[in-house]
Amino acid sequence: MSLLGSGALGRVVRSGVGRRRVQTTVIAVACMMAVAAAVIAGSLIVATNAPFDHAFAKQHGAHITAQFDPARVSTAALKETGRLDGVTASAGPYPTTTFNELTLVGRSGPHSDVDDLDLRAGRWAKKAGEIVLSASFLNSPLKIGSVMKASGDADSPGLTVVGFALSSARTADAWATPGQVRALASKDSPVTSQMLYRFKSASSKGQIAADRKLLSAAVPSGSLLATQSYLDTKHSADRGAAATIPFLVAFGVLGIVMSVIIVSSVISGAVGTGLRRIGILKAIGFTPREVVRAYVAQALIPAVAGIALGVVLGNVLAVPLLADTAQVYGGVSLSVTWWVDVVVPAVALLIVTVAALVPALRAGRLRTVEAIAVGRAPRTGRGQWAHRTAGRLPLPRAVTYGLASPFTHPVRTAAMLLAVAFGTVAATFAVGLTSSLNAVGSAQDPQDRADVTVVSGGAVQNRGPLSPGAARRAPSVDPAKVGAAVKAQSGTASYYGMTRTDVTVAGISGSVEATLYQGDSRSGSYEMISGHWITGAGQVVVPTRFLERTGTRIGDTVRVTLGKDTESLRIVGEAFDTDNDGLSVHADMAGFAGARPQVFQIQVKPGVSPADYAAKLAAVVRPLGADVLADEGSQQDGMILVLDSIAVLLTLMLVSVAGLGVLNSVVLDTRERVHDLGVCKALGMSPRQTVSLVLSSVAGIGVLGGLIGVPLGFALHGYVLPVMGHAAGTGLPPSVLDVYDAPELVLLGLAGIAIALLGALLPSGWAARARTATALRTE
Amino acid sequence: MTDVIELAGAAKRYDNAGTPALGPLDLAVAEGEALAVTGPSGSGKSTLLNLVAGLDKPTEGAVTVAGERIDRLGEHALARFRRERIGMVFQFFNLLDDLTVADNIRLPAQLTGAARRKAAARADELMELLGITRHARAYPGRLSGGERQRVAVARALVNRPALLLADEPTGALDTASGHDVRELLVELHRGGQTLVLVTHDMALARACASRTIQLVDGRLSLDTRAEAVR
Ligand SMILES: Nc1ncnc2c1ncn2[C@@H]1O[C@H](COP(=O)(O)OP(=O)(O)OP(=O)(O)O)[C@@H](O)[C@H]1O
Ligand SMILES: [Mg+2]
Repeated sequence: MSLLGSGALGRVVRSGVGRRRVQTTVIAVACMMAVAAAVIAGSLIVATNAPFDHAFAKQHGAHITAQFDPARVSTAALKETGRLDGVTASAGPYPTTTFNELTLVGRSGPHSDVDDLDLRAGRWAKKAGEIVLSASFLNSPLKIGSVMKASGDADSPGLTVVGFALSSARTADAWATPGQVRALASKDSPVTSQMLYRFKSASSKGQIAADRKLLSAAVPSGSLLATQSYLDTKHSADRGAAATIPFLVAFGVLGIVMSVIIVSSVISGAVGTGLRRIGILKAIGFTPREVVRAYVAQALIPAVAGIALGVVLGNVLAVPLLADTAQVYGGVSLSVTWWVDVVVPAVALLIVTVAALVPALRAGRLRTVEAIAVGRAPRTGRGQWAHRTAGRLPLPRAVTYGLASPFTHPVRTAAMLLAVAFGTVAATFAVGLTSSLNAVGSAQDPQDRADVTVVSGGAVQNRGPLSPGAARRAPSVDPAKVGAAVKAQSGTASYYGMTRTDVTVAGISGSVEATLYQGDSRSGSYEMISGHWITGAGQVVVPTRFLERTGTRIGDTVRVTLGKDTESLRIVGEAFDTDNDGLSVHADMAGFAGARPQVFQIQVKPGVSPADYAAKLAAVVRPLGADVLADEGSQQDGMILVLDSIAVLLTLMLVSVAGLGVLNSVVLDTRERVHDLGVCKALGMSPRQTVSLVLSSVAGIGVLGGLIGVPLGFALHGYVLPVMGHAAGTGLPPSVLDVYDAPELVLLGLAGIAIALLGALLPSGWAARARTATALRTE
Repeated sequence: MTDVIELAGAAKRYDNAGTPALGPLDLAVAEGEALAVTGPSGSGKSTLLNLVAGLDKPTEGAVTVAGERIDRLGEHALARFRRERIGMVFQFFNLLDDLTVADNIRLPAQLTGAARRKAAARADELMELLGITRHARAYPGRLSGGERQRVAVARALVNRPALLLADEPTGALDTASGHDVRELLVELHRGGQTLVLVTHDMALARACASRTIQLVDGRLSLDTRAEAVR
């Protein structure tokens, strides 16, 4: 009560909140939706902002993962390396071996000073015969309870999966007890010792190299077998995130802007229509300050309730989305960051207070006589021309009467129009964003679109953890023979050979990733931002960032060196390729004598089943040492799916908040007109005619809102996407930019009408059912 | 002569306890009759009028108007019934402020889906009859009380209702305007219009009505078939 001052004031507020049930509900629900959307968007932005860094910092990730030869350096000496100057923490040594090509590390528990693992499911391995897999296997067929047998040894007892754990630095593929690891070791895969280090300075490649030198100097020469830097892992983790973060930011900003607009329009509308009541309160002796407090409180009570519910709802909805995000990014945050839960409601409260204060102050200043006169004096002039005009339309009278009525309340109509227009903008923009996002997803890795892939050898790029026996397999396969077999196979529509390798490019320090093609690579073409895909030797296609880094343009020539060969290639196209930070080139294999196809990508003829084709081809190429993979329909990128569901969720929320804004306005309007409607009903207006009257009073607003909203949403998409692309360091191809088609835009335009009509449906029903006798008594 | 209104044991309760606000009441009003309903405030006069107009339903009994059992009609049918059979005039006019006088008068005709031209012609005819033609394009807010009530009467008559209902039609008017409206009603009654008129004003009742009833606590306490005195 102290908040509301006198008891009388409190009673006024309580009855105000209670009597205006719709308005109170609308304020509460609008605040709830807006806050929930902001919490979701905000926490996702936080979660996806440098997800690797967050996870890495939380786990005290290893800057360097090193493998030592236990035959040459003792455990005591290895422990001693942890006390080297510059090393801030260390863990190990852990026995390490290879099990089914997986790097298996023996650790007695997940926790450690360095690389403090996050147990995602199940438990840690307690005894022999148990294995904990990396969280990257969570979506694989392997489940807790699955038994993994050593390949080529069907009689072995096998290891039972008991848990899944996440290591942000990817120090292992799997873990078991140290004893189990030693027991599995064999001549082919001997036990090595894994040490994990954190260093004082480890933020650049140069610093990591210095740290590595420090380590190798501290142990007998030849005993440091290999090292892995966290920077490489970070690089590949961040790359997936970079392209999508701007999308999330766009959604977050959209959600917050929408919330501000809708909530403030609902609240100022609520206060604005209470003018007559304010006049009466002042006439019976309320001071202006008391009036202001009464009205702010009437808005704040439901708003606070809505905000509280919104925080809860936002957290509930965000958790599964965050879990998916964490899965995709390999992050660790499973709950909404605490400060999002504090900042969002605080800001919302501030906005609500300001939104309520402005009209409340106006109400407080209003002269009592004027306030009482509001709604009393017969209206003249306003909107009557509209009634005259609409009356001439060849439509039923109830409809033309409804069409003209918005003009009697220009301000309220403008607020309603704003709500509808913003809802339509949000829907249009969100639909476009979702389409663009999908286009980005399907533009990635075009070579994955091949129906069948033949692996003809060479090291297929391995981003996994450092394996002690890496680069063992390199059987000599003759790609030419494999290529000939593919060509001869019936059902082949087209195919091309492909290899990925590092090259150097004049003007760029460090290495550049080159993808070299042999044959007709059109089916593996990237989406082009400008220019065209490579059509022959001497051409090169590069991403946006490459052009920026080298200061080149399409038509210029670059010198690319692979091994002993240096070729001058003409840039013929700018491709949408965000891999490797945009430092990559695509060129024909001709001219690079050292390059051999590692894989062949095959399109089969229409009607040919890729699986059957793959089986037949396998019979021919397996004896040559190659392997065949049929594509089981490309899976959508996990992140794109997550973003899609967020986009849909946020769009629905924004549109329903816009609908609530309209509902609120129509309810206010209908209530004010309840007397006129009563008169019409007494004159014989049927319930259906009453409904059509109320609906047609918002239909015009819906059409106009759609007409304003769709082009605005379209323009917003056209403006924001290139900005987002720029932030991610890439231009965008037409497939990502031009995502709208005409029927879709028309449908979105209808969304404006739908929002308006949905908002009006409820009050129109009330108006139709309202008891005429009661309505007529209101005077 | 047929009965336009027939109430058989009709009663209206607003709450379950105590006595009903109106009735149970048996009442028949013949075609061409002008009935004045009088009685103290709160005696149930408006309630009776609402039952007859189909704005409210009796909690007991039957209400038959122009041959229809209106207590059994649904909302939609009631609306149709009202716009085709009933014309209503209120104490506070209840004109729509944002429509011109002519548009107010045409509205009930347009609700029935009557042709625009026909509705306009009928409205012109009534405005002529009631002497408000020069205000056709004015808005009700600018008219005097008496003029507004004339507009309301014209609106009530536009569909040639079987029954004209008026609740305190002179209650908000000064003496001169009240006299005007009284003349108008007498005129209509002479023309054969069946009329139910709620009023405290005994002079008005005597002037217009062929019959007066008095309600006390919702019950019929007096029913005269007095001769109209001028
Ligand atoms: N909607 C309602 N809800 C509850 N009670 C009502 C309602 N309408 C009328 N009443 C009650 O029914 C009784 C009769 O009311 P009614 O309006 O018919 O009186 P009246 O004779 O028209 O009075 P007046 O001359 O003052 O207009 C009154 O006691 C009134 O309080
Ligand atoms: Mg009354």
